[in-house]
Amino acid sequence: MSVLVYTESEQGAFKKVAFEVASYAKAVANQLDTTVTAITINASDSSELKAYGVDKVLNATNAQLDGFNAKAYASAIQQAAQQENATVVILSSSANSKYLSPLVAVGLNAGFASNVVEVPSSTAPFTVKRTTFTNKAFSNTEITSDVKVIGLSKNAFGLVENSASAINESFSPSFGDNDFNINVQSVDKATDKVTIADAEIVVSGGRGLKGPENWGMVEELAEVLGAATACSKPVSDLGWRPHSEHVGQTGKPVASNLYIAIGISGAIQHLAGINSSKVKVVVNSDPEAPFFKAADYGVVGDAFEVVPKLIEKLKEFKAQNA
Amino acid sequence: MKILVCISHVPDTTSKINFTEGDTKFDTNGVQFVINPNDEFGLTRAMWFKEKQGASVDVVNVGGPETEPTLRKALAIGADSAIRVNAIATDGIFVAKQLASVIENGGYDLVIAGRESIDYNGGMVPGMIAGLTGANFVNTCINLEVDGTNATATREIDGGKETVTTSLPLIIGGQKGLVEESDLRIPNMRGIMMARKKPLTVVEPTSGEAQTKDVTFQKPAEKGSVKLVDADNIDELVSLLHNEAKVI
Repeated sequence: MSVLVYTESEQGAFKKVAFEVASYAKAVANQLDTTVTAITINASDSSELKAYGVDKVLNATNAQLDGFNAKAYASAIQQAAQQENATVVILSSSANSKYLSPLVAVGLNAGFASNVVEVPSSTAPFTVKRTTFTNKAFSNTEITSDVKVIGLSKNAFGLVENSASAINESFSPSFGDNDFNINVQSVDKATDKVTIADAEIVVSGGRGLKGPENWGMVEELAEVLGAATACSKPVSDLGWRPHSEHVGQTGKPVASNLYIAIGISGAIQHLAGINSSKVKVVVNSDPEAPFFKAADYGVVGDAFEVVPKLIEKLKEFKAQNA
Repeated sequence: MKILVCISHVPDTTSKINFTEGDTKFDTNGVQFVINPNDEFGLTRAMWFKEKQGASVDVVNVGGPETEPTLRKALAIGADSAIRVNAIATDGIFVAKQLASVIENGGYDLVIAGRESIDYNGGMVPGMIAGLTGANFVNTCINLEVDGTNATATREIDGGKETVTTSLPLIIGGQKGLVEESDLRIPNMRGIMMARKKPLTVVEPTSGEAQTKDVTFQKPAEKGSVKLVDADNIDELVSLLHNEAKVI
C-alpha cells in the first residue's frame, strides 16, 4: 500500500503544483500510515521532491513522452500505481492533470474526486471535501472504491516541507500504438507572461474599463505585482480580451492568493469563479456594485484615477521593500 | 458523420444554491434548469457540422423524466433525436458507463461533451467515456474541424493553446470557443413545434455502480463586511495588503 503522486514538470523542471501535490500526498500518507511514491515524467532533477516528504521517486524517461500526451501519461501513472500497489493516487488541477485524471481513474477502476480542497476528513470511509456548484458550495464526497484518485485544487493545501530521503528508481512503462493517437501540430503559449493557472495574484478588468485601449493600466498593475491578467465575461464576449482570460462559471476558476477586480460589478457567475481566491480587492465607481459584498477590501472610485495611483504606490512599496 | 452530444441538465448560472434534508440534497425549489453551458457550445458546433457537412446529431442525457424539457430544447435547437437513459445520475463513472453503452450501441463517429457540468463540476465524464470506449480524446477543446475521418482540434492549455490532429472516432470535452457565445441559438417557434415530433427514446440503464457519493453539502462561510479604503488614501490599501492580508 502507498500513496502515489504525479509530480508534473515542464521542459524538465517541476511546476509549483508538483510540490503542492507532494505536500498533500505526504499528509494523506501520514493519515494512512504509509509512504509517498512520486512518478515523474522526463523531469531532469527529481531531488527537489525530497523536501516535500516523497519517500520514493519513479523516474520515467522516454523521448515519446517529451510532449504531453494524456493517454500515454495516464497509462504511465496507472502502471506506476499498479506496481506500487497504490491505494490513493493524487494529481493536481492543472489543465493537463485534469485531462488525464479521468483516464487514470478508469484504468485503475478507481473512484475519482476532483477539486478537492482539504485532506480527507476520514479515511474509513474515505471522505474528502471538494468544491461544487462552481465554488458556490462544498460537497463532502465519499470514495467507495478500493483505489481512490484525487484531483487537488490549486492553492488549497499550499507547500509543506517534510524532509525525506527519497529513493530514486528508473521506471519504464510500456505503451501501445493507440497511446499516441493525438499528434501535436503547434503550441501557442506566451512564455513570458504569468498564467492565470499559475498566478498567485490576478488582476482582472471589467466593462467599467470602457474599452480594450484602456487595458494598459491593468497590464502595468499586473506587471508591478507579478500577476496574471484576467477579465469578466462581457469583456471577453465583446472581444476586448481573449476568452482564455475570462474568469467565471463558464470561464476559468481562479484560486489565487489575491484577486483584484477593476470595473467589475460582480455578477453571480463571476463571483462563483473567484470564490476560492483568498483575498479579494474591488475597485468600482458604483458603491452598490454586488462585488463589494464579496470583497475583503474595496475602493469606491474611478478606476482611471485609482489604478494609476495604486501602480505608483506599489512601485514605491516595492522600491522600499526591495 | 454521426454525432452524439451529451447534455447535462443543470441549474441556471444565476441560481442560488441551497440544500435540504440535513444538507444532503440539492434544493431544486425555484431553480430553473438549463442545458449545461459547456454542452450548449458543443451542441451549437454539432449544428454547424450538420448544416455544413451533413452530419446527423443525437443528444443524450442520463436522468429522470424531469430532464426531458432540457432534451426537448436541444431538439428545438436542431438535434435530430434524443435519448434519455432512465436513471438518476449518481456519479461520474456511473454516468460515463451509461453514455459509453449508448455510444457503442449507436456507432458514433464524434461525441461532444462539455468539459464539465456547472453543478457537480467533476470534469470527468468526457475522459471516462474515452477511457471506457478507447476512442481518441481531446479535452478543453476550443476549436474542432473534421475532414473525412481526420480531425484537427485546438485545446486550451495553461497559458495558451495547442492544436492537435487525430482521427475519428473522437470524444471531446468542449467549452466556449467551440463557438462564440453570440452563435448560440435560441429555439424559435418552428423549432419548438418540430421538436415535439422528433423521437425521444427512453432506454433503461446498463449495469454500473457509482464509486463516489456526496454525503453532505455545505455552503461557504459567511464573509465579513468589506473594508473600504478612501480613493485618496491608496497608501492605506497597500499597507493593508502587506500588513493585514499579507499577500504582497
